[in-house]
Amino acid sequence: MEVDALDQHYRDFQALFGVSLHVAEGEIVAIIGANGAGKSTLLKTVAGVLRSPGPSVRFEGSTIGELRAYRRVDLGIVLTPEGRRVFPSLTVRENLEVGGYCRRPGSWSIERIFSVFPLLQRLADRSAAALSGGEQQALAIGRSLMANPRLLMMDEISLGLAPAVVKQLYGAIPGIRDEGTTLVIVEQDVTQALRVADRAYCFLEGRVSLQGEPSQLTRDDIRAAYFGI
Amino acid sequence: MAWLNTIVQGVLLGGLYALFATGLSLVFGVMRVVNLAHGVLTLLAAYLALVIVDLTDVNPFLALLVVIPVMFGLGYVAQRLLINLTLAGGVLPPLLVTFGIAVIIENTLLEVFSADSQGLNAGRIETVSITITDRLAIGWFPLGLFVAAVVVLGGLQLFVDRTRFGRALRATSDDREAAQLMAINDRHIYAVAMGIALAVAGIAGVFTGVRTTFGPLDGAILLIFAFEAVIIGGLGSLWGTLIGGIILGVAQSIGAQLSPGWFQLAGHLVFLAVLVIRPTGLFPREGVAA
Amino acid sequence: MREDVVIERSTRMSRLTGLAAIVGVLVLAAGPMLWNDGVLRMMLEFFYLLALAQMWNLLAGYAGLVSIGQQAYIGIGAYALFAFTNVLGGNVFLGVLVAGVAAFVLAFPTAALVFRLRGGYFAIGTWVVAEVYRLVLSSQAKLGGGSGATVTVIGIDPTFRLFVTYWISLAIGVGSIVLVFYVLRSRLGLGLRAVRDREGAAATSGVNVRRTKVQVYVIASTVCGLAGGVIYLALLRLQPAATFSVNWTVFMIFAVVIGGLGTITGPIVGTLVYFALQQYLADLGSVYLIILGAVAIVVMLKAPNGLWGLVIDRWSVPFFPIQLRVRRTARRPPPEGSGLVGEG
Repeated sequence: MEVDALDQHYRDFQALFGVSLHVAEGEIVAIIGANGAGKSTLLKTVAGVLRSPGPSVRFEGSTIGELRAYRRVDLGIVLTPEGRRVFPSLTVRENLEVGGYCRRPGSWSIERIFSVFPLLQRLADRSAAALSGGEQQALAIGRSLMANPRLLMMDEISLGLAPAVVKQLYGAIPGIRDEGTTLVIVEQDVTQALRVADRAYCFLEGRVSLQGEPSQLTRDDIRAAYFGI
Repeated sequence: MAWLNTIVQGVLLGGLYALFATGLSLVFGVMRVVNLAHGVLTLLAAYLALVIVDLTDVNPFLALLVVIPVMFGLGYVAQRLLINLTLAGGVLPPLLVTFGIAVIIENTLLEVFSADSQGLNAGRIETVSITITDRLAIGWFPLGLFVAAVVVLGGLQLFVDRTRFGRALRATSDDREAAQLMAINDRHIYAVAMGIALAVAGIAGVFTGVRTTFGPLDGAILLIFAFEAVIIGGLGSLWGTLIGGIILGVAQSIGAQLSPGWFQLAGHLVFLAVLVIRPTGLFPREGVAA
Repeated sequence: MREDVVIERSTRMSRLTGLAAIVGVLVLAAGPMLWNDGVLRMMLEFFYLLALAQMWNLLAGYAGLVSIGQQAYIGIGAYALFAFTNVLGGNVFLGVLVAGVAAFVLAFPTAALVFRLRGGYFAIGTWVVAEVYRLVLSSQAKLGGGSGATVTVIGIDPTFRLFVTYWISLAIGVGSIVLVFYVLRSRLGLGLRAVRDREGAAATSGVNVRRTKVQVYVIASTVCGLAGGVIYLALLRLQPAATFSVNWTVFMIFAVVIGGLGTITGPIVGTLVYFALQQYLADLGSVYLIILGAVAIVVMLKAPNGLWGLVIDRWSVPFFPIQLRVRRTARRPPPEGSGLVGEG
């Protein structure tokens, strides 16, 4: 996936200024940055929730800017949105079934999701509204996996969750990559994100302020890029 | 025992009202839009059946074979081309646009068909009845109508609860944007929902055309009956709508028994009473507010 | 450096407009001396339609309340006029005031009922209430029953009656504009605009949302009642179906949507357009309404702020100063001896 010099507006203001980044197949890329830096805006643009006509956004070589979000899922671009957004009037099982609505071929199924997140199996017929934050996040991830994504983008999955739960969720990530899924992870929890990522970008006020492999980035680099000092 | 007869008639009438209300309730549940043209569209179906019957001389119920798909198509197209465009602007545009559609259709009917009363003749079935006791007789037609209503409601409930599309429908009602992330074409879903709503309204329209005479200005009262059934029964529940329809039907029948002119008023008063005592209706689904 | 800033409401432009408006109203008041009966009747109709449009705009454009039942108050006003004049033998002109009072009184319990609903269901609810009023009033034999009634004006000189009716209608029409203007500048108006923009935020800022909406509803309904009184002072013949007809609402919606929702000038423009169309197209009957409906839909989709909204977008023309403006005056040095050190 490639993003080239992308400008993106959100409501009345400009959220992204000439952002360029690329993600190679099979990578895990982390995007970190403070609140409002534009990380979510980027993911939403790639997912198609925010429109971006023009050649700026490309997937596997072709421009996807004109496609509406639901079409991009058919291509294998799946977003686990910020705030989980599970469907409250559906059960856990039904949420997963909706995740598989696109019927993309692949190895993910409800049984496999249950084996990765056993807690979901226990709650299979409960209404999604009745789940705790961590359970809902697991459900949201499982729901995204049901689409058999080639590119899975996760927006702030650690938000509002206890550290132990976050550890558990991140434990599942390498397994997902091993399936052949490319991952882009937006995170406020810098430590967790850099621990799993192959490469990282840091966003500051709508621009890329730092990029590189986690092992090569010093704490000072990161702090400077994160806070703009 | 004349009262028992009255109540039974009211219950059976309730089936018709439930059919009126289903389309209104479905559209509101999925899109949070109150379709002010719903009554007029129900009426349009009756006129459509009238035209078909005039041209082909078939039984009105057979006309349903054409009316249902046509109404579905009408709903689908109207939603895609018009109503979907109003959804971004807040509460006012959908209301005003559907009101405009209602005005247009009602006056078009007036122009084309004049203000005369019309009726659909379904033949003997309208008058044949089963005699239960010497005070209680149930007409085949009202009974069939009630059964049809229950079947349609049940079918719709099953469709929404058990099918893949029904899940997509419920997901889109919950969270339109998140549904898009599941490869669900939300515009299409909305259009299908409107199509279903109008198809059911089509069934209701044909049945009402058989049951009584109708004229171009009746759209208003049909909308009001549908609305009262929805509110009495409680938002968000199809079976609640059936109960609401039954209560409305019974109230009206009792009112008519007391004095012929009180038919409508009795229904309105019961509606207002429910509004005062239990504004959320009798069987509301949680989380859905009027 | 400190600058002096003035916070004010009116600009020079709007002050001039205000002056022009007062002159205009004086001219209109002299109408009976300037125009013949036919023109007077037309103007009379224009002014009460204008009042209705202003009220619907107040409800929908400012408070976000879509009511399709305001005809209830037109009917209540009409029947109050009839009851006061024919049954109680009161002065027919005073009857218009009574009409307003009746509407005012009935608006409260009505609000208590309909405000249990929201959005589109609120809209239909208002219609149901209008139907209930119609059914109840048309069943009263003393009020003419189902066939209607005629307001008695025997013993009043027709020309005199026309003049006074005209003045009353002028007062209501112009008064409605003034009323909306002052409501919006008041605390109520501030609360209203907050509610319109962000209801939840308004509530947490201390705006009593429910009470704000009820107050607006009562105001609008009272004026609709007054309008109903003057309408039937002019028309004289009450007929339940026509008096409580939803076509009154159709007019209100049309005028406001086409003229411009959410501005004071919008409904004025809309009423003018409606009036002009009516002169030319009324012969077409139902086709006329079809055209109205279609135009309203197109305007709603393409130009949601109406004709006047298009004008404002092009040229900023603040006729009615409601917003507070901040105007920089020329920089002056701080007064001597003010004790402020270190500035600059």
